[in-house]
Amino acid sequence: MSLIEVRAPGLLTTVQDLGREGFGPMGVSPSGAADPVALRIGNRLVGNADGAAGLEMTLLGGTFVFPERAEIALTGADFHATLDDTAVVWWRSAEVRTGQTLRMGPTRSGARCYLCVRGGIDVKLFLGSASTHLLSGLGGFEGRALRKGDVLKIGVAGGSFRTFRKRSVAARALAQLAPRKVLRVTAGPQSDWFSEETQKSFYAGTYRVAEESNRMGLRLEGAAIASTVGGEMISEGVSLGAVQITAGGLPIILFVEQQTTGGYPKIANVISADLSSLGQLRPRDEIRFELVELETTRALLVEQEKMLASKELILG
Amino acid sequence: MVTSGKASLRFQVASDQALMVCFDAPAKKNGAKAPPLQNQITKEAHEQVRRLLRSVEMEPIAGVRNLHPAYCSLLIKFDALKLRHEELEEIVRGYIDRMEKVRLPEPRLIEIPVCYGGEYGPDLKDVAELHGMTADAASELHASTPYIVYFLGFAPGFAYLGEVAEELATPRLPSPRKSVPAGSVGLAGRQTGVYPIATPGGWRLVGRTPLKMFQPDRAEMSLLALGDRVRFVPISREQFAKAELENA
Repeated sequence: MSLIEVRAPGLLTTVQDLGREGFGPMGVSPSGAADPVALRIGNRLVGNADGAAGLEMTLLGGTFVFPERAEIALTGADFHATLDDTAVVWWRSAEVRTGQTLRMGPTRSGARCYLCVRGGIDVKLFLGSASTHLLSGLGGFEGRALRKGDVLKIGVAGGSFRTFRKRSVAARALAQLAPRKVLRVTAGPQSDWFSEETQKSFYAGTYRVAEESNRMGLRLEGAAIASTVGGEMISEGVSLGAVQITAGGLPIILFVEQQTTGGYPKIANVISADLSSLGQLRPRDEIRFELVELETTRALLVEQEKMLASKELILG
Repeated sequence: MVTSGKASLRFQVASDQALMVCFDAPAKKNGAKAPPLQNQITKEAHEQVRRLLRSVEMEPIAGVRNLHPAYCSLLIKFDALKLRHEELEEIVRGYIDRMEKVRLPEPRLIEIPVCYGGEYGPDLKDVAELHGMTADAASELHASTPYIVYFLGFAPGFAYLGEVAEELATPRLPSPRKSVPAGSVGLAGRQTGVYPIATPGGWRLVGRTPLKMFQPDRAEMSLLALGDRVRFVPISREQFAKAELENA
């Protein structure tokens, strides 16, 4: 069995796949990769199924030793990495020879990068998924972020690969997938709790991603938004990407480790095609919101999925 | 898209891949006052949510990914490549038309032992004082009320229980605690519940149970399920310590 030894974990590195949907009635959050598109493409590059588990690194990457030969790919934000002394190119498969060390640095672009390995990261599944949910300490590798000295198992397929396959991602696709700072949204279920004027200033305003943002939610700083109704509402189910307005008037975008229900009014909801962009937002990044029609969201999602399903996406 | 249906049935677009089904009072218009929160938490609405959830669980809808029940609503997350909001609404209306016939399981009665006050319930004294009663009277009142599990949310296994006696209703803490120990029994308004895991939390803590509310290696991971009935049973510190040892 092939392994990965964690010499340095980086700032916050967790095992993630595409999450565990379907357990809302138990209060279980889906979790999963913050940038699922980057994880999916990384898996394609090493010949895995889209939903295989990989490592999600945040802002600063780790150092990993491979005691055996392996095939890897780095996707998402460029953290700069070397395999022994050779630079590793993002969005390409790379061959790791026995005993080599992968060293990653701090981000040079977005917030998160993914290390995918042929065979996937092999952890005990919780409710059918390998994803870590940090708040509840469930899933992933012992329900927590990786630490120095951890040893991860690589799935069976990784042990049996014979010939390394050079694969890369079409440049056109990458341009299309570049993370957005203008997030497209649909109107939220409580958008009528906010006056027209308030909504106008919400869509005209620029918001800054706060330091306290994490996988549960992105806290935003900027002009406060006041609801005409005021206060809390009765708790209801909340969707991924919901833009909640807290009692203090500042927005929080619910993210992958979101709680399943909540009691703040929601002015807007980030569209599905832009959820991956949320995963690449760093503290202090400036963002804006753009209202789009429901029909548009479907077209954009279809376009994204078409591109991901396209034979021309992966070269080689 | 807000479409009105039967008297208290409402469908709402929550996101491009989520539809909200509400069994509550109609939406508030700009500038209008919100109806008092507590008026919306009704056993009737809860019964509807429970029936619809059961129906969809028993007869899953292709393309539906997740269900988030709450007091008087059910959020349905779906795959927009397979379903459209209008199509899903139509399907759900069919379920609602038929759901009166759905047989709901008999509610289970689950007793939760609680050690009230002291370090386990640091807010019990304040809650009691606020309502002009002794701590003992407050804990007795909390334990003498039978509760319904309206839904689970917030965190794995966290059950929203209602309703706390009016004389005990207390708003949340002005600022939440950074960490509430697992097993803590809290109050917020007329809701009560047990924190299954250590999390930040703003509910007033009146006691603690030695029971594990959520355990991934247990056949029934969550001790409580939507629709269950709950009664809190006061225990002494000695009983708490003993039970905690047994559960370890």
